[in-house]
Parts: sequence; structure tokens; C-alpha cells
Amino acid sequence: MKAIIAATIIGVLLMFAGFLVKDKKSVVTFAIVLFLLLFGVNIWELMEAGDEPQILFNNMLRIDRYSLWFGMLMTGCTVLYALLVHKEVRKVGVHVAEYFALISFILVGVYLLAGYNNLLMLFLGIEIMSIPQYILAGSDKRNLKSSEASLKYFLMGAFSTGILMMGITLLYGATGSFNVTAFTFMQSNMLNPMALAGIMFLLIAFGFKVSAAPMHMWTPDVYDGAPTPFTAYMSTIVKAGAFVGFLRLFAVSFAGLSNHWMMILAIVAAATLLVGNVTAVFQQSVKRMLAYSSIAQAGFMLFAVVAVNATSWQGMTIYAVAYSVATIGVFAVLMKLKDNTYDGFNGLAKREPALAFFTTIFILSLAGIPLTGGFMAKYFVLLAAVENGQLFWLVIFGLLMAAISVYYYFRVIMAMYFKDGNPELSTEVSSTDKVLLGFTCALVIAMGVAPQLFIGSI
Amino acid sequence: MILIFLIVVPLLAGIFSFAAGNNGKTLALVSSLVTLGIAGYLSAYSCCDTTQWSMEWIPRLGTQLSLMADGMGAMLCLLTAIVMLVVFIVNWNKEVEKPGAFYGLMLLSQAGITGVFLANDALLFYFFWELALIPVYFLCSQWGGERRVPVTFKFFVYTFVGSLMMLAGLIYLSLQTPGADAYSWANIVRAGSSLPAEQQQWVFWLIFIAFAIKMPIFPFHTWQPDTYEQSPTPVTIILSALMVKMGMFATLRWLIPVVPEGVAFWSETVIILSIIGIVYASCLAIVQTDLKRLIAYSSIAHMGLMSAAAFSQTQVGVHGLMVQMFNHGINIAGLWLIVSMVEQRWGTRDMTKLGGMAITAPLMAISLVIISLANIALPLTNGFIGEFMLFNGLFQSASSYSMVFMVIAGLGIILGAVYTLNMVQRTAYGNAVAAVVSKDLTVNEYIGLAIVIALIIVLGVYPAPLLDMTATAASVIVP
Repeated sequence: MKAIIAATIIGVLLMFAGFLVKDKKSVVTFAIVLFLLLFGVNIWELMEAGDEPQILFNNMLRIDRYSLWFGMLMTGCTVLYALLVHKEVRKVGVHVAEYFALISFILVGVYLLAGYNNLLMLFLGIEIMSIPQYILAGSDKRNLKSSEASLKYFLMGAFSTGILMMGITLLYGATGSFNVTAFTFMQSNMLNPMALAGIMFLLIAFGFKVSAAPMHMWTPDVYDGAPTPFTAYMSTIVKAGAFVGFLRLFAVSFAGLSNHWMMILAIVAAATLLVGNVTAVFQQSVKRMLAYSSIAQAGFMLFAVVAVNATSWQGMTIYAVAYSVATIGVFAVLMKLKDNTYDGFNGLAKREPALAFFTTIFILSLAGIPLTGGFMAKYFVLLAAVENGQLFWLVIFGLLMAAISVYYYFRVIMAMYFKDGNPELSTEVSSTDKVLLGFTCALVIAMGVAPQLFIGSI
Repeated sequence: MILIFLIVVPLLAGIFSFAAGNNGKTLALVSSLVTLGIAGYLSAYSCCDTTQWSMEWIPRLGTQLSLMADGMGAMLCLLTAIVMLVVFIVNWNKEVEKPGAFYGLMLLSQAGITGVFLANDALLFYFFWELALIPVYFLCSQWGGERRVPVTFKFFVYTFVGSLMMLAGLIYLSLQTPGADAYSWANIVRAGSSLPAEQQQWVFWLIFIAFAIKMPIFPFHTWQPDTYEQSPTPVTIILSALMVKMGMFATLRWLIPVVPEGVAFWSETVIILSIIGIVYASCLAIVQTDLKRLIAYSSIAHMGLMSAAAFSQTQVGVHGLMVQMFNHGINIAGLWLIVSMVEQRWGTRDMTKLGGMAITAPLMAISLVIISLANIALPLTNGFIGEFMLFNGLFQSASSYSMVFMVIAGLGIILGAVYTLNMVQRTAYGNAVAAVVSKDLTVNEYIGLAIVIALIIVLGVYPAPLLDMTATAASVIVP
């Protein structure tokens, strides 16, 4: 609860900071300090929390150790994000304070999604998380592509919100309650068709939010069109937030009904993997490749939702962190380069050996090579699927797709190390950048060697 | 405790080597001398005893930092240490681009390979399996021949797909016996061997495919000749003398005891594939003119014989395989060293353009003859005893076609003599290649080859140490 309040206050403060402080640099410093404070509040709340979950607002919110832990990790990723890309955020436009205010509001949405206990709260969380994104996607006003991305995102987002609302309504009609625990009493063999339709609507709506195939069509255009620093945020932490809401709903409310939706969601996961991986192979721009790879990674995260067991929660947590950290790292490097195609990476190892090395570690993590966080993340979600017992075909399929993903990820490594070229940098790489990227790199490896540190007690 | 040093020493030396620049090779030499010392000490005490060491790691996953060396593991660690040392000695005078990174990656791959031979925990084993692969990928792609990037990538994808399948199999097995040590070797063996036969049969392929690609067994071998040809020779040595043994070793440690009924069911299939591989690769070796490709195909043929014996399910076959793993590693490393010297001096590996080495570089020619004879398993060279036992095992196997298998595999020996002797004749004898002044062995090359040849002859005349070392391990695998 403290974190939700703190994030809201920080958002408001930052909005006003835009009026009061004109110097972009001090605004950014102010924002980073506030985010660090927020991270501190998260840790404080986590340390204070007992084993008993905190039920708030007439059972609207249920803050337990898991939601606090997840919120803490996502805030940590946001701090890392702010530290790594604040220079690029400054370049997007003049309203720097507002950008960080919007990011802070997105965090409020993520906290709500990690701890809602009522479908209305879920709806609020999704909206609080989505609306700032529509603005962020269109924040580069001079750029037509950015405006297009914003409009497209808004239309698709509004559409999926409609579907979400519809699903909630149908479930309310079936049970007379918005409470997520109310649905656990539904009997699998006497399921009301209205409730079943409601579950399907929710599945589709979440499919949109996490860009699962075939509801993924908006993703590449939006990720490509939006200003790169915000793409980095949208494709990582926001996606993780949507996923934790997804998992919470299906694991808490609908786990008992899994025979009705498991196969559908398993097929969606397989389709997402196939579409994301195969299409990513054909991309020439690394930014677009990362957009498709984010779809592919969403396919793996769906494993956790499909499997609905204890390992799912751990898998989702570590996947969210490992994927976010590595992707933010790659984006941070990408933004230093002028040319965002694969050729733009040619010869980076000669020009900036440290940068190339860090990128290699991030890429290895995204590809799921052992001793990086990405491996442990994939391992946990696969473990969840194997433990489920019915999904072994999906596991084998996922492994084959992971092998395909090596192809497009390694193209970056090949360009950096084995091709000649003189990559142009848009900003000089300062030693602070190197230290920060090195720290990110260390996090990625720490996750691969000691995942228990990031799973905590959940 | 001593076991962890075998991995940590090259690992740390490798990491430091990246910063060391030109001093990388000194670091590499010192590190490999130290590891050789440890491995030698370990081997001396491992004939009848196993050394173990373990530490808690990720209890949630049921995995431990657990190492174990029995006779076979110790012997292969010794092989790794010897081969790396010889490689570093012979390459002492060679200029490489970015020596720090080169030697760093070599040492990292050594750490990975040693880890594979020592791991007593399936997930740890998988980690080392990949740790060995990644540095080799970078080594080949950066320092290799013209077509290195696509070729190495093909190799990487092949082995990566294999290891992912193996991972799926291992996860499945570990879930049979959950707990804090679910991945330990003992648990995996218990879980696997108590599975119903039908499940063992498909778990067998999940795991075996990774090993079959690494060995490589026909029809999973297509990455191999290209990769051997395009890699820089020190890396080819790592690939063929050491990484190939990872596949063999893993079959003996992580497959045959784990899914015994699966192995029993599929052994004839694997033997047939292996024997096809022997004949097919030997025939291809005969028509090669490139030295590297010739040796690459000959390596496939040897691997075929070894994997056939591994699946013969006889004690003598498995025992012979262990001995042969060591000897083949030594011999093939020797052959590659000579090839690299030839390439360095005459600027070509094409046998049609070579000849007369015996006139211009007699010491090198003598070495080539001795190593080649060991490669075709002439008595009194180290190749003989292993190959003899392999055939013995194949002959004794329970399969009703054992006689046929042995005869066809025996054909491989004859074909092996054809291409090896042909190679010797075309490179060492005949007219000297004119207008090229060549030097005989330099001091460091002399030392490197002397180690190889000494091992060939000593172990050929008196193979007892190797046989004693591995006897217990063989009797554990096939009682």
C-alpha cells in the first residue's frame, strides 16, 4: 500500500516539477532520486510485511508477499532503466518531467495488477498502466511514425479494454460478484456458458495486452514507431505487469477450471512462439527484431500462465526480471548507435570492446544460454510446464523455438565481432555508462548463478 | 576439494588472460602446467577410489555443486590437461591476433570440458556442456578460415538443439525424484532406471541426440568436417581430441546407466548407424585431398567404432572404449599438430601440392609416420590395445548380428590403413616441393611432438596403467 501511495505522489510531484524546473538535467536527477526513494519504500514495505496478506478497501486489494516482491523487483528494474536511458529520454522531447511522471503512474498500475482481488481493480490497474503508454508512444510529436504508433496503440488498447470489460461483465452475470475468489466456487462440470464466455473474453483481452498471437499484430508497429527509450519500457516492465495480472487471474480464479481453457492457452502460447521467432528471423532492424523477440519471449511467459502451479509464480517473477534487465541493456546499447539495423552493429567489438562484451552477455541471456538469467527464466517456466504433466509437447516445441531464436540473437553477436565496420555512435559512451552496463551485466549473471536471490521467499 | 581446482585454475586464468594481452600465452602455459600437475596427482590416486566434493547451490532446483572423479573422469581430465599443454607449447612461437582473448577463450573451454568430465550433478553437467561450447564458438568464428562464420554457426545451432533436448530429458528425469538433490547422478540413475521401458525408450533419444551430435554419429555428423576444416588448428584439436570425448564420456556416464532398458532397446540401431558411419566416413576420407578434411573424416570413422563398442553392452567393449578415448585424443592431437606445421611451412593443406617432407624436414616426417601408424592401430602403438578391445566387445555383444557388425567394422580398419598410408606417402615422400625452403621442427614443436610420441610408444608397449585406472569404472557401467 505504501508503495502505491508513494508512486502516485511521485507521479504528481514530477508533473509539477515540469512547471517549476526548466533545466532538463536537474529534472532527470530529481526523477532518479525519487525512483530510488520509491525503491526504498518498496523494500521497507516488504521488510515490514508479515506472512498474513493485507486486505484493503473492502477486499479490493490483497497485498501479499508475492505482490510486494514483484513490485519491488519491477521498481528496481525501473530504477535501472532510468539510470541507463535517461540521456535518451531527454532527447525525445521537451516534457521530460512528464515522461517520468507517466512512468511512475505505470508503476502504480503494475502494483495494482500484482495485488488486485477484485475484477474492477484489475480493470483500473490495466487502464492506469495503459493510458500513460499511449501518451509515451506518441511523445515524439514531430515524428509521424510516433503519432501513428500512438494512435494504433490507443485504438487497439481501447478495443481490448472493451473486450476485457465484456468478460468482466459476463463473469459478474454468471456469479454476481467481482471478487476473484468468487469464481473458485464454480464447478467445472456445471459451468455456466456465460461464465465460460467471460473467461474466453478475459483470455483474449489479456492476449492483447501481453501481445500473444494472434492478438499481437499491433506490437511490431507500435514498438518500432514509439521513441526507442519508451519502447524499452513498454516491452519490458509494462509487459511484465500485464503478465502478472494475467497469471493472478488465471491461477487464483480459474485454476480449477483449467480443463476448459488450458488447451486454448497452450495453443496460443505455441502460436506466439512460432510467430515471434519465425518473424524475428526476417527482420533487418534490430529494434524491430527486439519487438518480435518480445512476442517470442511472451510465448515463454505464457508457459507459466498455462501451467498454473506453484512453480508458475516463481517462473513468472524470474522471467519478468531476467527478460526486463537484459532487454533494457540491449536497448541502452542500441540507443547509443546511430544505425539501428544489424549492419549498424558491425565492428562494434573493435570500436567499443566493453560495450560489445556487455551486449553479448545480454544477448546470451535473451537466447537462454546457461549461467545467464535468461536460462534460469526459461528453465523455471519450462519446469512449470513439465510439472503440469499435460504439456510435454509444448515444452519440446518451446525448446525448438528457443533454438530458432539463437539465429536472430546471434546475428547481433556476429555483426559485432566477426564483421568489419565502423559503427557510428550517436552519443559518446561515458565511463558512467560502462559502469552501469557492467552492473546490469553482473545482475544478469547473478540471476543465472543464484536465481534464489531473485525469487526470494515466494 | 582438489577437484574444484581443476576447473577454477583454467577458469580464472582464462578470465585474467583477457586483460593480459601478450602475456596470455604465459598465463595459459602456467595454468596448464598447474592443471596437469593436479590431474596427474588425481590420476595416480584414482585407480580404485573415487574422489568427491560437493556444496549446496540451488536447492530449489535440486541441484548441487557436486563433482566426482572416478578412474574414467580422472583419465579424461589428465587427457585434457596433456592436450592443452601440448597445444600451448607447440603454438608458443605463433603469432595470433588478440592473444589475450584467444588464450582466454581456450582456457575457458578447458574449464568447461574438465567440468563436464567431473560433474556429478545433471544440471551442473549441462552448464559445463554449454560452457565448453560458447568459447569454442567464439574461437572458431574469430580466428577460423574463410567460411568460418556460417560454418561455426551451423555447428553451434546443431549442438545447441541437441543440448536443449538433453535438458528436457534431464528435467523430466529430475522430476521423478524431487528433492534437494534431484539432479545428483545417483538420483538421476535411480529415476531413469525405474521408469517403465516404454518411457525409457523415448527419454533415451532426448538425451542421446545431444551426445550423438557431439561425437558425431552418422547422420548427425554433417557439421563436423566443415567445422574442423574452418577452425584454427588449436581449436580443431580441442574439438576433436576433447569435445568429441565429451559425447563418448556422457554416453557412458549419463546414458547407459540412466536408461538401461532404453539402451538395450536401441543399441542395435545405434550400432548400425555407427557402422554405416565407419564405412561412409572411411570412403569419403579416401577421396579427400585436403589434409584437414581427411583427418576429420577419419575421426568420424574412429568415433563410429567407439560408439558401436559403447553400445555393445559388454564390459570389455566399454573398458576398451575408455582406453581408446585417451589414446585417440593423443593421436588425433598429434595428427593435427603436424597438419598445422605443414600448413605453416608450405602454405597449403592440399596433398596434391605437397610431398618430400622426409627430405626437407626429416624429424617431422618421422613423427608423422609414427602418429599415423598409431592412428591405424598398429601393435605396439597405443591405438592397438584399445581397438583390439573394442572389436572384442563388439564380437561378444548379445546381438545376433554381432559377427556381421564386426566384419563390417573391420573393413573400417582396412580402409583406415588405405587413407592414412596414402596421406603419409603423399605428404612425407615423393619429390620435395620445390622453391619452398622449409625448416624442420623448432624446439617447442619438438617438445610437443616428443610428448605425444612418448605417450604413443609407452602406452603401446605397456598399457597397464590406463587399463588399471579404468577397470573399476568399466565394471560399474557394465557389471
